Amino acid sequence: MSTDLHDLTLVQLSAKLRSKDVSAVQAATHFIARRDAHAHLGAFLATDDATTLAQAHAADARLAAGENAPLLGVPIAHKDIFVTQDFPTTAGSKMLSGYRSPFDATVVAKLGFGVPGGVPGAGMVSLGKLNCDEFAMGSSNENSAFATVKNPWDTTRVPGGSSGGSAAAVAARLTPAATGTDTGGSIRQPASFCGITGIKPTYGRASRYGMVAFASSLDQAGPMARTAEDCALLLSAICGPDLDRDSTSLDMPAEDFSRGLNQSLEGLRIGIPKEFFTDGVAPDVRAAVDAALREYQKLGAKLVDISLPRTELSIPVYYIIAPAEASSNLSRFDGVKFGHRASEYTDLLDMYKKTRAEGFGDEVKRRIMIGSYVLSHGYYDAYYIQAQKIRRMIADDFQQAFTRCDVIAGPVAPTVAWKLGEKSADPVASYLADIFTLPGSLAGLPGMSVPCGFGEGGMPVGLQLIGNYFKEGQLLNTAHQLQLATDWHQRQPELSP
Amino acid sequence: MALTCEDIARIANLSRLELTGEEPARLLTQLNGFFNIVEQMRAVDTSGVKPLAHPVAVLGDIALRLRDDQVSEPNQREANQRCAPSVKRGLFLVPKVIE
Repeated sequence: MSTDLHDLTLVQLSAKLRSKDVSAVQAATHFIARRDAHAHLGAFLATDDATTLAQAHAADARLAAGENAPLLGVPIAHKDIFVTQDFPTTAGSKMLSGYRSPFDATVVAKLGFGVPGGVPGAGMVSLGKLNCDEFAMGSSNENSAFATVKNPWDTTRVPGGSSGGSAAAVAARLTPAATGTDTGGSIRQPASFCGITGIKPTYGRASRYGMVAFASSLDQAGPMARTAEDCALLLSAICGPDLDRDSTSLDMPAEDFSRGLNQSLEGLRIGIPKEFFTDGVAPDVRAAVDAALREYQKLGAKLVDISLPRTELSIPVYYIIAPAEASSNLSRFDGVKFGHRASEYTDLLDMYKKTRAEGFGDEVKRRIMIGSYVLSHGYYDAYYIQAQKIRRMIADDFQQAFTRCDVIAGPVAPTVAWKLGEKSADPVASYLADIFTLPGSLAGLPGMSVPCGFGEGGMPVGLQLIGNYFKEGQLLNTAHQLQLATDWHQRQPELSP
Repeated sequence: MALTCEDIARIANLSRLELTGEEPARLLTQLNGFFNIVEQMRAVDTSGVKPLAHPVAVLGDIALRLRDDQVSEPNQREANQRCAPSVKRGLFLVPKVIE
């Protein structure tokens, strides 16, 4: 009866749960089996079936009591960057191997079963924790200390990163939904590489409380699922102020993003930044993106030429600011309060150095080194402050562009997913591939990836949509309208056992 | 301006990272490769531009909130120390710092 539950979108599964055609326990059992059958993808880092089933029973009890919340009983899995009480949290790092948080991240609590004494939570059932690049630093998921995630469309390729486990799990239909986090593109790029839909909201709309911090002025949580409709439901539950626990949380009320999904695109002005359509974009990606833009024209939208002149500069600016913040955030991993501690050392300083040398992987060490350097005496103004100033110019460029358009569109990444190992020897090559997601991240704008076709090797291509601050609803509608007119988001990879 | 081996050692010390074997040489090459792409940034004229920390501050000033100085969380010492590498009588143990 439940053999094809995994083929339902989140919205479809939600309807079946609420009509009592399927129970939360049946759904959880089905996805547990499917998750385990495709363990070779490396998407999950931690599972605990007793916990998953206990949550499913709790959801069924709420459903039986007549509760009608749309996410109640629907399975989800969380990027292992969100701390959870019920599952270990590693952030993909040996440093946190075996770590168990004494509290839940706000996003996890809101989607799940709330905080004791607080609001009850949406009642989603957690299937476990998803693999990611170590401390969310990476664009291929190859920086995870634990397992290599494989792209379900071609297991010799990367799933993207850093939310690579999330993207692979949703694409392979091991879960109807996942959480991700996006610092410089970590939701959008893996969503693009795996052919799913993901959205990063405006910086400050989703609480960062309980997200293992990488770059605090950039990190944002967001949902990853198969459709814009699914993402709208999830994002509505994720957003909202968390003023006592996250000092950068904005006092913007939660919103029902599903309500605005049926607006016509007639007259919508889509900005086409010329810097996103250069020779640096592979022809297959360009063709898929162009086809999506033609589809938008058929839906009544107008394409407007715009310029984001500092697009290329966003690479050095981001890779100064993010490592600077990372070097500061990661100073907490000192082998004292939690996490790994070296077994042999001579004194306190030696303990710090050996603990960190053993606990951190190469990319994390590189970024800590860059960050320490650009924040150090004599270099702070030339690098860090200069980067923050250009960051403002980049954000101003977007505001200039948004006087002429409503939404900005372009590729998420210059290419489709690359082969495992292809860029791992050259970190800078990997940084350069982030060029189209970094500008929106630096400006703190909401951004999406929407499946828009296939390129070289039959690999998915994502269309990036960037909206102005707090225009998540408009973005989701723009994506949803494309998904009503095309079926790219319904394609699925053939999985080998 | 290229980094030297001495710079790598100094930065590693600031970062509280012990580097061994090939690591210093590899990091020297990789960090110098990285700072090559940073050069274009240094040439940008930013005179009169204010640094941006909270991105949404582009729309207007955002004041950092301050909480009242009141106890609001219950004591969870045991839960918080459960994952500590070394704890005794509710204290975190570290190598002797003061003789």
